[in-house]
Amino acid sequence: MFFFRLKRTLKLGIKSLWMHRLRSTLTTLGIIFGVSSVIAMLAIGEGASKHAQEQIARLGSTNIIIKTVEPPEEQDVSGQQETMREYGLTYADAERFRNSIPDVQVVVPIRRLPQRAWYRNRRVAIEVIGTVPWYPEMSPIRLQTGRFLSSLDMHYKQSVCVVDERVVTELFALDDPLGRDIKISSDYYRVVGIVSAQDSVSSSAVTLNNEVPVATGQGAANVGNIYIPLTAVKSRFGEISMQLSGSSGRKIEKVELQEIIIKVGKIENVMPTRAILETLLDRFHEKADYQVVVPLELLRQAERTKLIFSIVLGSIAAISLLVGGIGIMNIMLATVSERTREIGIRRALGARKRDIIVQFLSETLILTLAGGVLGIILGSIIPFFVTLFGRMPTVITGSSLMLAFGISAAVGITFGLYPAYRAANMDPIESLRHE
Amino acid sequence: MEEPHKTPDFESDGSILVIEKLYKSYQLGAVELQVLRGIDVTIKAGESVAIMGPSGSGKSTLLNIIGCLDRPTSGYYWLGGQEVSTLDDNQLSFIRGSHIGFVFQSFNLIEQLNVVENIEVPMYYRGLSESESDKRARQLASMVGLGDRVSHRPSELSGGERQRVAIARALANEPLIILADEPTGNLDSETGQEILDILLDLHQQGKTLIVVTHDDNIATHAGRIINLLDGRIK
Repeated sequence: MFFFRLKRTLKLGIKSLWMHRLRSTLTTLGIIFGVSSVIAMLAIGEGASKHAQEQIARLGSTNIIIKTVEPPEEQDVSGQQETMREYGLTYADAERFRNSIPDVQVVVPIRRLPQRAWYRNRRVAIEVIGTVPWYPEMSPIRLQTGRFLSSLDMHYKQSVCVVDERVVTELFALDDPLGRDIKISSDYYRVVGIVSAQDSVSSSAVTLNNEVPVATGQGAANVGNIYIPLTAVKSRFGEISMQLSGSSGRKIEKVELQEIIIKVGKIENVMPTRAILETLLDRFHEKADYQVVVPLELLRQAERTKLIFSIVLGSIAAISLLVGGIGIMNIMLATVSERTREIGIRRALGARKRDIIVQFLSETLILTLAGGVLGIILGSIIPFFVTLFGRMPTVITGSSLMLAFGISAAVGITFGLYPAYRAANMDPIESLRHE
Repeated sequence: MEEPHKTPDFESDGSILVIEKLYKSYQLGAVELQVLRGIDVTIKAGESVAIMGPSGSGKSTLLNIIGCLDRPTSGYYWLGGQEVSTLDDNQLSFIRGSHIGFVFQSFNLIEQLNVVENIEVPMYYRGLSESESDKRARQLASMVGLGDRVSHRPSELSGGERQRVAIARALANEPLIILADEPTGNLDSETGQEILDILLDLHQQGKTLIVVTHDDNIATHAGRIINLLDGRIK
């Protein structure tokens, strides 16, 4: 009985709406755009925040990253071009962190060097990463074949290296890289393992403007990373890098470490550790040649940003839905007064007020729910194009679809009730006389 | 105060509609306009009654009250053994849908529905199933001679055909009375006669017919004429 009534009510509603196709379509457009903007905006907001949070999470929430930053140029009295600048993090810093700060569990010193790697007649630009065997603990790279650097490699300053998969594809066409020797600078290093490629946006991407000032001799973007024991890097390459730069001629720098990553045991200790770190660094560094990055802090900031982002986008979308809803109400009021006579006829033929309310409310609901469904379809397509052309990540969550559908139903009921109520309360005698 | 009325004995005298001491007034600003001033009418099952009178005599108001579209200011109205002047809106809607078959001067069909669907409207509000009401609507359509036009819209029909649809619709729920308000008023004399013939035919079959009209021709065919003047029966 109920379903039979519902079915006929829906049939009747669709019929009436179909009679005014253009009007119904135009009315629905407001809801379509409202709903699709809710979904698209939530998807863009969600995508942006997820992207940022992933990047930050990759750095580790219990990690603290200290980076070498090239200090501001001090004017040399001599005016000599060939002064050697010495700055940055040192091995001593790494030792101090390990020994003097409680709850520091892992300290990973990193030395970065832009270099070229040779294999047979192929040559690619790479970045040498001199580090310690426990580097993978702090980094998102995963071992694919072979092994990572070992403590024996460190101890004996072995000429071994671990390459990432991008280097493999560039350098070794068909050969199995394991056991081969790569030439970097003037030395050969044996490949002992292959790891997954690390996104070039490692820690530097989130530090807003301060790029890690590695002595970028080659300039060109490197292909990938080659990991070599830190001790081997120290003995083979030394700490002095030379750079030829246009006007000032040669520039010689001495940098021991580009980066030190610290892992703290408990998440509560991250901020206190940061304070100790800064005190320590301040004491031993005369120049401002370092920068401390705390992923946890960035993560919290990103969450705040996300919240604001969601509120702003959500309000814009809500306003467009509101406008759509008002449009629907307007049209329904016009429809009701246009169909006054029909209402009178139906009342004379036995329709209760409730029947009239159901009739007009269901018409509004059909409009808004159809608008909701079309809006969901459109709203799911928009983020796809945003990702395709705008290169922005987007995430459509199931809850945003539910939300949008729920909102369109709520809009239908809210803005449909008043016209329906007005229709039901018209005097049947007056309505029958209405021309 | 009047003593409370007893429900008339419908079983014995076969009356279907009893109106006693019916008054209706409208408040127009400060002035109270008396439209009906004490109407007493009894109509028996199977009767045909014409209500006549000049405009302003209260015909339409009486018709609205008989049709349960309006309530009297005071007085009593029994329809089929039930006192209806005190019922609420939902109950009146039910009475309209099940006991009264309206035939209007201007047909009052719903434009977006076809012939069958128009006839089905009262059955829909009564809660008949779709297949049942569809079957009955088709029967009624062929009864009024529109069996081959069931899927036409009212705009595709002539005036006479539209009034036939309205009559079929009035019969949908087997009402106690058929209430026709100037049923031939919008028709030429020939089609008017056809419609009148249909109505008289229904009366022949035993339906109770109440017609409000100025048309003497209709009145002469009615079994009884009630003349209204200034809200009273002459």
